Amino acid sequence: MSEPIVTIRNLTKFFPGIKALDNVHLNIREGQVHALIGENGAGKSTLVKILTGVYFPTGGEITMEGKPIHFKNALDSQDAGIVAIHQEASMFLELSVAENIFMGHHLRNERTKKINWKKMKEETEKLLKRLELSISPDTLVKNLSVAQRHMVEIAKALSLNAKVVIMDEPTSALTSREVEDLYRIVRQLKSEGKAIIFISHKFEEIFEICDYFTVLRDGQYINEGYLKDVTTDDIVKMMIGRSIEHMYPQRTPSSGKEVLKVEHLSQLGAFSDISFSLHEGEILGFFGLVGAGRSEVVRTIFGIDRKSGGEVYLDGSLFNPRHPSDAMARGIALVPEDRQQQGVILEMSISDNITLPLLDSLCTRGFTNRKKEKEVARNFGEKMEIKAAGYEVDADTLSGGNQQKVVLAKWIASGPRILILDEPTKGIDVATKAAVHEFVAQAAKDGLCVILVSSELPEILGMSDKVAVMHEGELTALFDRSELDSEKIMRCALGEYKEIVNG
Amino acid sequence: MDKSKIKSLGKMIIDRREASLVILLLVILIPIQIRSPQFLSITNIDRLLNDISILSIVAIGEFFVILSNGIDLSVGSVIAFSGMASGMLNEAYPGTPIFIILLLGIAIGAVMGAVNGALVAFGKIPPIITTLGTMSIYRGFTFVLSKGTWVTAHEMTTKFISFPRTRFLGISALIWMALIIIALSYYFIRFTRSGREIYAIGGNATAAQFVGVNEKKIRFLVFILSGISFGFAGSLWTARYASAVNEMATGFEMQAVAACVLGGVNFAGGAGAIPGVVLGALFLGVLNNALPVMYLSTFYQVLVQGLVVLIALIINTVVDQRKMKKLLSQRRAS
Ligand SMILES: Nc1ncnc2c1ncn2[C@@H]1O[C@H](COP(=O)(O)OP(=O)(O)OP(=O)(O)O)[C@@H](O)[C@H]1O
Ligand SMILES: [Mg+2]
Repeated sequence: MSEPIVTIRNLTKFFPGIKALDNVHLNIREGQVHALIGENGAGKSTLVKILTGVYFPTGGEITMEGKPIHFKNALDSQDAGIVAIHQEASMFLELSVAENIFMGHHLRNERTKKINWKKMKEETEKLLKRLELSISPDTLVKNLSVAQRHMVEIAKALSLNAKVVIMDEPTSALTSREVEDLYRIVRQLKSEGKAIIFISHKFEEIFEICDYFTVLRDGQYINEGYLKDVTTDDIVKMMIGRSIEHMYPQRTPSSGKEVLKVEHLSQLGAFSDISFSLHEGEILGFFGLVGAGRSEVVRTIFGIDRKSGGEVYLDGSLFNPRHPSDAMARGIALVPEDRQQQGVILEMSISDNITLPLLDSLCTRGFTNRKKEKEVARNFGEKMEIKAAGYEVDADTLSGGNQQKVVLAKWIASGPRILILDEPTKGIDVATKAAVHEFVAQAAKDGLCVILVSSELPEILGMSDKVAVMHEGELTALFDRSELDSEKIMRCALGEYKEIVNG
Repeated sequence: MDKSKIKSLGKMIIDRREASLVILLLVILIPIQIRSPQFLSITNIDRLLNDISILSIVAIGEFFVILSNGIDLSVGSVIAFSGMASGMLNEAYPGTPIFIILLLGIAIGAVMGAVNGALVAFGKIPPIITTLGTMSIYRGFTFVLSKGTWVTAHEMTTKFISFPRTRFLGISALIWMALIIIALSYYFIRFTRSGREIYAIGGNATAAQFVGVNEKKIRFLVFILSGISFGFAGSLWTARYASAVNEMATGFEMQAVAACVLGGVNFAGGAGAIPGVVLGALFLGVLNNALPVMYLSTFYQVLVQGLVVLIALIINTVVDQRKMKKLLSQRRAS
């Protein structure tokens, strides 16, 4: 085994009230893709931020190429050859692609220190070509799709010619084709002898692309080894200290009366002619590739976007929401896809976040009842296994996955009749995934209707009573539970053929 | 070839807020010109440009702060203190060269800006609160300095008060000063790392930290820059209006902020450019100049001014939203 390029020994990081990292060891080697695995809040992103000079460690030592290193800021770490694609959205939306790539290290004239825009554009063009992207360096990032933005972040990492490239959940916003592109890039980097740290909650990805793994649990080092020597089950056991019996709950589907009926719903430029119905106690899976228009459909039902045609019926009568509050008043809740930006209010405490939609019912004579509020927050927080120093801390100190759980808890706490979940398990660890599934199944059993939008086929297959498949804004199939077949669903999602079985 | 050129021109107009401002400017110029045909005469344009020189300088200072997602409300008070100090220096030592007086104004502005910047960057006090406080404090300092009196035209030297009107190459010194500030700021914001880092901090402070931008340094810097521009403007103000009074430039922060926002500077930071700010100042200048010419009473002038600013802002936002919609549908189609 070659000598590690970066060695981490006894690394410790304390935040007020929480030990994010506690005596962690990590060896990173050139030409190797290293998976960093752990539950939400295990300390993965914290480790990344220490390696990139964003946080300072409380204790321990890091050596790079044999020399101890102490980064004072992100520039020091970049200069040493470490770059990261962070979990948080870290783009400058109003600036061009070229500038996003070169921010912090703009190319300048040696003598006059004047920024050389022409050279930066040329370099950007080269990088984009290397990634086979057809974007102009002058495009403003706000005009790019989420996936394109991700690719620009990757280009940024490449522009620094780093020795160590860290990717913190890089695939969560990508379509399967883009994930393939990412794999190609990772392999290319690996063959160039770079050391790569890859963080993901998706095991298929980890086994596909990574060579070596290190598992963290509650900020502690648990184990490391070659991925070829272990199974998913072994990893899960290391992550959470036990194995998970059922990823998907056993359900006996029972459906009551019709609650929601959607007929020929259309929105110009987004989707057209969508029809389906939803009964009490039913889970409708909405499958498709990222960008198929599923989120737009549910946003329209929830009153965020306006339809351009078709009808929605609620309890048999026409329902035309002008605003989400209309939908909420009728018992519809939507957990949005982009929870980091649309769901959680970072400056508020966990408890305040959760009870926000409930304030009306928690108030007595215009004053909030703090005690009751805390109780509700604790109840739902525990259900979702939110890991935090307490329910009074601000949401922005939570790990990415735990922020998502806060949003889930918030909407579920509002006690809806129709629960719409848009990619509810994106970025969430296995144990919580199972808990979310369990919870959704229980909700359906209690008579709720659930629309589950997901890009993960196993989740759709494991949870749904009915599956609607969309491709580029069109409904390509509607399957009953008895007809579920993964290959057929996938082909409908790819638009290879249409099959509207059950109207 | 030609078609694509026209298309890219059209795209530029939609893309750049400055372009919509130019069009709006033309739209309001037409009725003004019809009503009073001498409005676009050389003399009047010259007067107009002189009138907006100080506003442009001040708006550029405000621009740096707004770009970093802050705001500086101490504008009027810094102008007053520096203007008062300049007038008193000229009165007490009539032999002081003019550039020393201007340097004094700049130095005062830099110090006052540094105090604001230190409170914001190192004291972590929000800019609006910091500058709301120093706005009163600096105004108070002006009273202390002047002991409540003012400096009038005949207490100052003719050389000082005629300086803004002195012409080089047919253009007044005041306009030259504004042009120099515009050029320097343009270079700074476009071609230096620190300039670009202001965009980074204002656009996404977390992301900026990830690429090693020193947030404290930048926040400190923008207030020093705004202070310098306000202090410089203060000296020029006293010379141009040939008096220094304690109440000078009261409420000028509104004009400075309006020029920025009209010029397409994003109020939440991270977007905007110098040409837009200058256009915004020009726009306000045209309004200020045209409304009296059109025999509107002062009350209506204020009203119309506010209305036009509001309309411009609404147009800006609507154009923005349209653009987003169009983009979204394009992306689906492709
Ligand atoms: N700035 C901060 N202040 C206080 N606590 C923090 C801060 N950043 C992280 N933490 C805490 O440190 C712990 C580790 O968080 P970290 O973000 O490293 O988790 P993670 O492994 O990346 O999880 P995820 O898979 O959800 O992204 C969490 O308990 C989190 O609440
Ligand atoms: Mg993380």
